[in-house]
Amino acid sequence: MLGKTAGGLFWLSRYLERSENTARLVEAGFRMALTRAAAGEDEWASVLTTVGCLNAYRAKHETIAPNSAVDFLLRDKTNPMSVYSVMQMARDNARATRTALTREVWEAVNDGWMVLKEMLRRPVAQADLPNVLSTVRQQSALVRGALQGTMLRNDIFSFSRIGSLIERADNTARILDVKYYVLLPTGAPVGSSLDNVQWEMILRSASAESSFHWLNAGNVTPKAIAEFLILDARMPRSLAFCYDGLIDSLRELGVEYGDTRPSHDLAAKLEARLTGRTIDNIIDSGLHEFIREFIKANAALASQVEQDYRFYE
Amino acid sequence: MGGSTVFFDEMRGPDESARQPYAEYCAWLESVKINELHKKSREAETFFRRTGITFNVYGEKDADERLIPFDLVPRIIDGKEWRLLVRGIEQRVKAINAFLHDIYHRQEILRAGRIPEHLIANNEAFLPEMIGVTPPGGVYTHIVGVDLVRTGANEFYVLEDNARTPSGVSYMLENRETMLKMFPELFSQIKVQPISNYPTLLRRSLGKCAPVRSEGRPTVAVLTPGLHNSAYFEHAFLADQMGAELVEGHDLRVVDGRVAMRTTQGYQPVDVLYRRIDDEYIDPLNFNRSSMLGVPGIMDVYRSGGITLANAPGTGIADDKAIYSYMPDIVEFYTGQTAILKNVPTYRCSEADSLKYVLENLHELVVKEVHGSGGYGMLVGPAASKRELAAFRAKLIAKPSNYIAQPTLALSTVPVLTRSGLAPRHVDLRPYVLVSPDNIDITPGGLTRVAMKQGSLVVNSSQGGGTKDTWVLEE
Repeated sequence: MLGKTAGGLFWLSRYLERSENTARLVEAGFRMALTRAAAGEDEWASVLTTVGCLNAYRAKHETIAPNSAVDFLLRDKTNPMSVYSVMQMARDNARATRTALTREVWEAVNDGWMVLKEMLRRPVAQADLPNVLSTVRQQSALVRGALQGTMLRNDIFSFSRIGSLIERADNTARILDVKYYVLLPTGAPVGSSLDNVQWEMILRSASAESSFHWLNAGNVTPKAIAEFLILDARMPRSLAFCYDGLIDSLRELGVEYGDTRPSHDLAAKLEARLTGRTIDNIIDSGLHEFIREFIKANAALASQVEQDYRFYE
Repeated sequence: MGGSTVFFDEMRGPDESARQPYAEYCAWLESVKINELHKKSREAETFFRRTGITFNVYGEKDADERLIPFDLVPRIIDGKEWRLLVRGIEQRVKAINAFLHDIYHRQEILRAGRIPEHLIANNEAFLPEMIGVTPPGGVYTHIVGVDLVRTGANEFYVLEDNARTPSGVSYMLENRETMLKMFPELFSQIKVQPISNYPTLLRRSLGKCAPVRSEGRPTVAVLTPGLHNSAYFEHAFLADQMGAELVEGHDLRVVDGRVAMRTTQGYQPVDVLYRRIDDEYIDPLNFNRSSMLGVPGIMDVYRSGGITLANAPGTGIADDKAIYSYMPDIVEFYTGQTAILKNVPTYRCSEADSLKYVLENLHELVVKEVHGSGGYGMLVGPAASKRELAAFRAKLIAKPSNYIAQPTLALSTVPVLTRSGLAPRHVDLRPYVLVSPDNIDITPGGLTRVAMKQGSLVVNSSQGGGTKDTWVLEE
């Protein structure tokens, strides 16, 4: 396969994953604003930070208002992280790698782009927001379904999967990075209303709310949430799950190409940090530092994969 | 063109009865409501958008991709008519390849005085780098698109030979796919010759032209200028259908005397490159130095027999519009036979008598740039305003050798679906020809282009033309 094509597939999957993640964050923020009068500005600031575009937002808007935040996150063409921009880049990458995709996958991406482009043509009224957000997630699910159901399990599939898992791990880590402080043990009695709001926000941002409650049966503690999102390999957005999958996909590439490359070692090292630890252990040695380092190492893995498989010249 | 001209309609005769090839189709048509057709037409458009069958128009601000209008009334040719065309096209394509070999080697045709020497020597399309070079398998034009027009029941003319990189074949294939989806019942009633194996034949035909040095199954790649090229969809489509890699210039480099592509597992040699980039841009070391699209040094590899380029560089000398007028001589010189397909009478403006005639009759003629394509830089006399005529007159006088002129042909019509029902529009036809060392394959039918505007004779997609599915009936 061409290095350029591998890169295109990797980024196609990253962008698709990213659009879905952004939509989920907006959804969590929106719900928060609806249910808690007190949330407001801080919550949107933290959503913007998680997506990585708070500074860009501030450069354009003086205050953080829900409408302009939602608009900036969903449809601002000047914001490279907006759902609009990200979907456009996903579609460009799909066009560039058209020969590696099945007709089903290409049409799912192309359809998704056409539907969203139309929906995001005008500012989204509050009443339409739930519909728009669920459409973003649906389109992404359609692409994933087409990928799963129609693609050969070869290097093409591996590069797509590596892209989406690296992006997803990054996203979950960013949610934790922005909110790590509410997960730290404090002197305050557990279950104060503010904490509850924040915990709910974290779980919603990772689509983890109902599965968490189902597994923990009412036992909502910050430690359990942190454990769930970092170490629980059953949870498809946890760091452990992502790295299980990454190790798998890299191994499959190794078998197909008959060699191992530096990225394989790097991924194994990162995975070891997740499997050899307990949550107490991580919190004791510094939750925030742990997350920070993880984000850096995850990004380093991404660029090692780029180098190892010659995405660029 | 005056209102008195009667155009040949391919569907119905002067008495409104269906011509024989259309008999079954017209019977079906009578059973269908026009609303139903409109609905199908909208469905077809959605299908094209979803599939991404789009093109980019140069020079438009809104760089959005556009659809080429698709008309769902098929253009039907019967088997016998088609057999005649096939013979004519084969003859012509053989002659073109023989001409190219000759012109880059012994130049017998010039020595015989059948073509004036200055026409070759001073021609920008003649590539001195190709002198003495024989392409692998001796094939110059692996893919040819011969543009035909029809003016009567048995009257076909070749409008031009596209011997460089003819485009549009993806529309031919997708038009058929769309028709099969929209009107399955028609295809079970009417036996239409299939075309869907074109990509397989293309792959095979290119493979047969691989350099001698290549081992095993030849590696074929399609070279595209990139995402923003107007025909990017087609490049991706063909690569996909052939199972070939779609590469850009920066994916390729010369490694150990071969052209190799950067893969996830290092550089791997390419045997056959189906390049959709003009000669000028293909090698910044040998041609246009500022080209970002090509591969530095690829011409040197080519000349040493390390790679096959399809089509070969320098084939433009065969489809040059100034050479066109000599095609009947060329066919006769190399095949020893009279040309089966007619040429449109052509005035070479480089000749004083012709120029005089052209200037006097500009309002009745079609004038084309010798090196132009895509319907750009062309004058359709009968449709031009006084001001346009005057402007063109000035251009002609300034550089006569840059132009040829032809009488305005009474192009045949086929109905298209309009808001108010079916209405005749002018069409042309581009059959696609695959050439390998031992075989010439012509896909039954080709791309029918149709001028969507009433009375218009310009069918180019860049000028708002549309396309139709083309049916060749089984005999």
